[in-house]
Amino acid sequence: MSQTDLATAPQSNGWRAWLLSDTPTSRRHAKLASLYQSWLQFRGNPMAMFGLMILVGLVLMAAFAPLISPYDPFVQELGNRLQPPGAEGHILGTDSLGRDLLSRIIYGARITLYIVTLVAIIAPLVGLLVGTVAGYTGGFIDVVLMRITDIFLAFPRLVLALAFVAALGAGIENAVLAISLTAWPPYARIARAETLTIRNSDYIHAVRLQGAGPMRIITKHIWPLCISSLIIRVTLDMAGIILVAAGLGFLGLGAQPPSPEWGAMVSDGRKFILDHWWVATIPGLAIFIVSLAFNLLGDGLRDVLDPKESGE
Amino acid sequence: MSGIILKNVDVWFGHGANRVDAVKNANFAVPLGESFGLVGESGSGKSTILRAITGLAQTWSGTITIDGKALGPTRDSEFYKTVQMVFQDPYASLHPRHTVDQVLSETLSLHGFNNVEERIEKLLLDVGLGPSFRFRYPHQLSGGQRQRVAIARALAPEPRILLLDEPTSALDVSVQAEILNLLTDLRAKRGLTFLMVSHDLSVVSHMCSRMAVMQNGHIVEILSVEDMRAQNASHEYTQHLLASSLGFTPSEAAQ
Repeated sequence: MSQTDLATAPQSNGWRAWLLSDTPTSRRHAKLASLYQSWLQFRGNPMAMFGLMILVGLVLMAAFAPLISPYDPFVQELGNRLQPPGAEGHILGTDSLGRDLLSRIIYGARITLYIVTLVAIIAPLVGLLVGTVAGYTGGFIDVVLMRITDIFLAFPRLVLALAFVAALGAGIENAVLAISLTAWPPYARIARAETLTIRNSDYIHAVRLQGAGPMRIITKHIWPLCISSLIIRVTLDMAGIILVAAGLGFLGLGAQPPSPEWGAMVSDGRKFILDHWWVATIPGLAIFIVSLAFNLLGDGLRDVLDPKESGE
Repeated sequence: MSGIILKNVDVWFGHGANRVDAVKNANFAVPLGESFGLVGESGSGKSTILRAITGLAQTWSGTITIDGKALGPTRDSEFYKTVQMVFQDPYASLHPRHTVDQVLSETLSLHGFNNVEERIEKLLLDVGLGPSFRFRYPHQLSGGQRQRVAIARALAPEPRILLLDEPTSALDVSVQAEILNLLTDLRAKRGLTFLMVSHDLSVVSHMCSRMAVMQNGHIVEILSVEDMRAQNASHEYTQHLLASSLGFTPSEAAQ
């Protein structure tokens, strides 16, 4: 228990040593060091890194869509319709209206990311709130909240989303809303289960003995411990969310034509699937690759974030 | 001046057919400044008494008086400024995602202290941890260091009464001695009142002046440490406990 020197300047030991230090010297230092250690662990998982790289690529693709796409995704060229992949000027071919598929895939990444991000923000937040409040307060509130959750869980997801979209009207915002409304119950279940194991632990008792109220305990002490399992679940669910969004698009209830949503593109290609397989296959492949990437990422994050695994 | 007074205190868990009476008709008084021990085997209700006092066990009846004030069903912030508790297992009593600094600064701000920075540094020095421990997470600390942090947290609101729930039973023997000495020093320096739960008679005889012996939720005997050392117990169970704490003796083997 020697009192180690306080001033560990980053320059003297290098950033790596500073980040790996066991004796952080400030709040920021402690936070960065723990982040860096998680990153090191995450980096050791090649499959998760592969997933992360695909997703970074997707984000870059969406961000720089106007720069990298060779054509305008909306411009029709009917004389050049249904060109196979590798055709002159169109690496992935063209669709039934002669629009460049590659450009549409690139612009479609924006829509996919938009849906995924919004759902990933709304659904886990609602679930976290419902689950932790139900788990921590218990009693009557718990019963009411969890029965509502059960009702939502009892519906098949796509059917419920369909009903919502039908009621709210077709369109991408309503699709997001519908998917979020159907996606939160599993998060509420997880958050409640985690809360039940946490709320009787000594560190929660200890903070109660400091006079902390339930709001503070839930948001500052229970949420940080629930969030990691929720993040894992969200990344694993992302694939499903993309598929539901694509399914809504496929059924014509999500993004409306001519917007290049991947699911809608698959639906578009369905009419020509026997003679012109690529029109449906290429957006299908895009959905598959991004879903796979999210799954791999989720798997890697579980190894890093799971508090049961990562040494308490 | 009275510290802790328990009168006819029952504590139970569950209701109806599932009701378990953990403590039955407990009576004792700890004057301010005294160090009082609660001993007994596992499940005898020692820790439950502490939990009833702190409000963590909510189903109890009888009268608990702290500092002249009878406790109701809820505890106010003034109570938490007077009474604090150190938990048994330092591996479970610190939030795994909070640094030492977060634990202490949250505690201090909950009690409305202003000069949080200075107080954290002073608290860490008081419990024998240097400032280099301030920004560590619990997983970067040993068991003894964690327990020191837990003691610092309990001392943060400057309580006069400290409830100790087997504060050393999760630690190995050499660290136990360090923590016990730390607690003795802190008591001398701050004039604290201790109510200490332990199943280890040697710990209680080191720390306390009087103790209550519990069995199956009943307090069977209250005796002073001198009586205990002299094997001067009246109740059968206490005699049994004292004999077993002596361990193997040649005279016993000869009989």
